[in-house]
Amino acid sequence: MNHDNYSDNYIRSILNTVKTIAMVGISPKENRPSYFAFKYLLDRGYRMIPVNPGQTAKPILKQKVYATLSDIPEPVDMVDIFRSSEHVLPIVEESLRLTPRPQVIWMQLTVRDDEAASLAEKVGLKVVMNRCPKIEYGRLSSEISWIGVNSRTLSSKRAQNLGTGLQRMSLGKSDKKDAR
Amino acid sequence: MPDAERTPGFATLSIHAGAKPDPTTGARVTPIYQTTSFVFDDVDHAAALFGLQTFGNIYTRIGNPTCAVLEERVAALEGGTAGLAVASGHAAQVIVMHALMTPGDELVASKKLYGGSINQMNHSYKNFGWNVVWADPDDLPSFEKAITPKTKCIFIESIANPGGIITDIEAIAKMARKAGVPLIVDNTLATPYLCKPFDYGADIIVHSLTKFLGGHGNSIGGLIVDGGTFNWSRDKKYPMLSEPRPEYQGIILHETFGNFAFAIACRVLGLRDLGPALSPFNAFLVLTGIETLPLRMQRHCDNTLAVAEWLSKRPEVLWVSYPGLAGDKYHKLAKKYSPKGAGAVFTFGLKGGYDAGVKLVSSVKLFSHLANIGDTRSLIIHPASTTHRQLSDAQKVQAGAGPDVVRLSVGLEDKEDIIADLEQGLSTK
Ligand SMILES: Cc1ncc(COP(=O)(O)O)c(C=O)c1O
Repeated sequence: MNHDNYSDNYIRSILNTVKTIAMVGISPKENRPSYFAFKYLLDRGYRMIPVNPGQTAKPILKQKVYATLSDIPEPVDMVDIFRSSEHVLPIVEESLRLTPRPQVIWMQLTVRDDEAASLAEKVGLKVVMNRCPKIEYGRLSSEISWIGVNSRTLSSKRAQNLGTGLQRMSLGKSDKKDAR
Repeated sequence: MPDAERTPGFATLSIHAGAKPDPTTGARVTPIYQTTSFVFDDVDHAAALFGLQTFGNIYTRIGNPTCAVLEERVAALEGGTAGLAVASGHAAQVIVMHALMTPGDELVASKKLYGGSINQMNHSYKNFGWNVVWADPDDLPSFEKAITPKTKCIFIESIANPGGIITDIEAIAKMARKAGVPLIVDNTLATPYLCKPFDYGADIIVHSLTKFLGGHGNSIGGLIVDGGTFNWSRDKKYPMLSEPRPEYQGIILHETFGNFAFAIACRVLGLRDLGPALSPFNAFLVLTGIETLPLRMQRHCDNTLAVAEWLSKRPEVLWVSYPGLAGDKYHKLAKKYSPKGAGAVFTFGLKGGYDAGVKLVSSVKLFSHLANIGDTRSLIIHPASTTHRQLSDAQKVQAGAGPDVVRLSVGLEDKEDIIADLEQGLSTK
């Protein structure tokens, strides 16, 4: 896997497949990027599970907070890591000990650990590093085009509404053959 | 569609970038969303929009779907991360400076700029406490010398108006990088078809859409493109981007929006508060213009080279300043930065001085005597008596607008007709 440059189909197939996302390192503060991404993905229909050992007392956006990934009593499809790079390895190691194993490890913008990535890839997980799932969802659904961002996508097909509000768009179908 | 991994070419982007069919109606051409405001899905959606937590439309002063297509189109053509459309080229410059400067700060700007920009920086910026320090693109070390600890940015034009001057973007970008400040390039005269400033180290590009991008002389507009390259959080020099914003419950824009944070800052702080929004109707006209940008620009350049060559052989003409000409002072730089042609705007000098200039603009019949450039129509002006009138004589000469100077913006008519009109104009007694 080339971690400097992901194909749109790779990202789209991940965001189209996963349903439950555990976000490690989420902040309960409304002005933090992790809170933004959590809320946005929750609004797009993902089951979002907050993980932060310091924040278990109160739910975040009505979702119960767990101290660790191992405490989550249900299967998780994707682990989204909102911690700086030096904290990534133990989180990936813990993810790999979960049963069933998650299918995807996602590291946020500016977060990257190639050693941890290859550990996960060796056992068949997909890995994304240094990207934000909110931005990628917005880019591939064309929502981000509303704020003038270069989505780097062209299409003669119209973007489909998600069906849960006027300004919420769906990702469209992934092209299976390219979704390596 | 070509497969997803293929990088589309310039002509394809000129037509398609940003413009998928309308999601609600399927309209293939981008509709004119002539509305001030957009309904919220619910209270929570409204709160998320105002808090910048989701992408979407609120109010046309802050964003509009027609304008957004234009923003993405130009960002894609320049190879940037995001765009912001505003009411004019001048508004684009002010919004960029507003995001970078606080009172007492300095900007370093090229002496060879559009006269209106020289006015804006010399006079209007003073009211904001922003001080301009001028540098000379013909004397590159003058840029380095002009930089002080108060410098927040460097501003140049790729091809400078009116003189047919090509600025050494790469050399100045290196100085900007060394000083830790962004380089802003006004790419109006070149357009991304001729020159791509981000490839040479520019951090921000501004455009007057009024000229070649719109291309038909029908709409005023401006656009800012974020190159996504500058690290706004390296120090505390750019608090709009690196510090918690009181306007948005303490959000830090760079941390939240990454490599398109500058465009967001210009939108949600600059455009929101200062207010020069582009009308969706103008955005529509400019979008239509951009669809043919590569075809038009090439014809503009080909016609201009023919006219410049013809003029350089005329007895009434003292000199021609067009970087597309082999002997021109800027020919080497043009070959590097603008290899497909040196644009359509240039100046020449008349032996008869000020009076000969006035006589020529009065006697042409195809050329229109007006204060614009970048139209399908051929345009002519005598800067000393019009656009550059407010400048002192020394500044006029520095800006390439001395008393004998005539500026042309060569249009898309048949080049034989353009030349015939100049010929009859020059021979009128
Ligand atoms: C190079 C350049 N920059 C900026 C501007 C200002 O643009 P506008 O007239 O759209 O405000 C002009 C206008 O002539 C120009 O030629």
